Amino acid sequence: MNDRRMIDVLVGAFVLLGLAALLFLALKAGNLASFTIGGTYETRARFDNIGGLKVRAPVKSAGVVVGRVAGIDFDDTTYQATVRLALDGRFRFPTDSSLKILTSGLLGEQYIGLEAGAEERMLVAGDTIKLTQSAVVLENLISQFLFSRAAEGEKRP
Amino acid sequence: MIDAVARIGERALGRLAGIGHGARFFARLLAVAPSALARPRLVVEQLHFIGNRSLSIIAVSGLFVGFVLGLQGYYTLQRYGSAEALGLLVALSLVRELGPVVSALLFAGRAGTSLTAEIGLMKAGEQLAAMEMMAVDPMRRVLAPRFVAAVIAMPMLAAIFSAIGIVGAWGVGVQLIGVDAGSFWSQMQSGVDVFKDVGNGVVKSVVFGFVCAFVALYVGHEARPTPEGVSRATTTTVVASSLAVLGFDFILTALMFGTD
Repeated sequence: MNDRRMIDVLVGAFVLLGLAALLFLALKAGNLASFTIGGTYETRARFDNIGGLKVRAPVKSAGVVVGRVAGIDFDDTTYQATVRLALDGRFRFPTDSSLKILTSGLLGEQYIGLEAGAEERMLVAGDTIKLTQSAVVLENLISQFLFSRAAEGEKRP
Repeated sequence: MIDAVARIGERALGRLAGIGHGARFFARLLAVAPSALARPRLVVEQLHFIGNRSLSIIAVSGLFVGFVLGLQGYYTLQRYGSAEALGLLVALSLVRELGPVVSALLFAGRAGTSLTAEIGLMKAGEQLAAMEMMAVDPMRRVLAPRFVAAVIAMPMLAAIFSAIGIVGAWGVGVQLIGVDAGSFWSQMQSGVDVFKDVGNGVVKSVVFGFVCAFVALYVGHEARPTPEGVSRATTTTVVASSLAVLGFDFILTALMFGTD
């Protein structure tokens, strides 16, 4: 009888350990903790070029994560990318806030930088953020640089 | 000429019959598995035998795999100046691949062999036949609890393996080498998705639990009832379940992470 009890305790400990490991993976290694419980509200924005932006990329304001990219679509009437942003319900932003696609570090992932505006009215679910700035595409940057050098070269002689 | 064709035909039919036999065994096992839950006592005993006793080897290997991943990952990443991504590298490789696969391989070696030997010896000692004589279905009484216990134990062991591995990599990367602790964890959290990565890892390990348990029980059940037959069967269990796990891993990875 005592032996049985021992086995019960050991198996119980094993199962608890397994569940604790799963919980650890979900909370400490995974992003379950960063899911906002307070709910989110969804806004939209159009970009001419989103570069390498991915779904679930962070939206940061002043460096703090305030939301995530919920979805990316292509609009074939304006030929622009439509990005859906799920912003944290705890934070409110003015309607004239602007968005910029930025890169963390030299080779890091791309994220959206949100700069708050000065408008009195705040963004609500379904609003579209109008002021956007596209991702910097390295090839475009280089070609701009080359063209400007070439133009300078023509002027000089 | 005709003889050669006949031999090929015989071989092919033999193989087909073998596959059919295995499939019927598996279907039978699945059908009786729920009845094992009606007798939790037997499952708990097997869980102790299969799960608890495998814990030490799983924990130690997880720790060392984590150490090595931390060291080697750091060595490569620091060349590109992105040593902070160490946490992400370690967590993704453990949760997606190494955790489920390595723990399944260890499980096949540690628990699969003992299941095969046990069933094989039971058969050699005609205990299974004796049970049938007493109108006790050995499938329900002996095989089903072991099958259920293995399927429950496998995801637990894989999760423990991954968690300890991550802790090991943290020990080497953060404590020993000096990667920044904050970015180690935050990079990990930003890159590991709970459902896509952790969830799929768990699905994988459940599948591997089915595979390992089925192979171990089937091979043991079909072993020739001689000492040599049992020893061969244990070897077959290790080889067959390791290969099956690797094969299934490739298929599952292609299905789960193939298109991003």
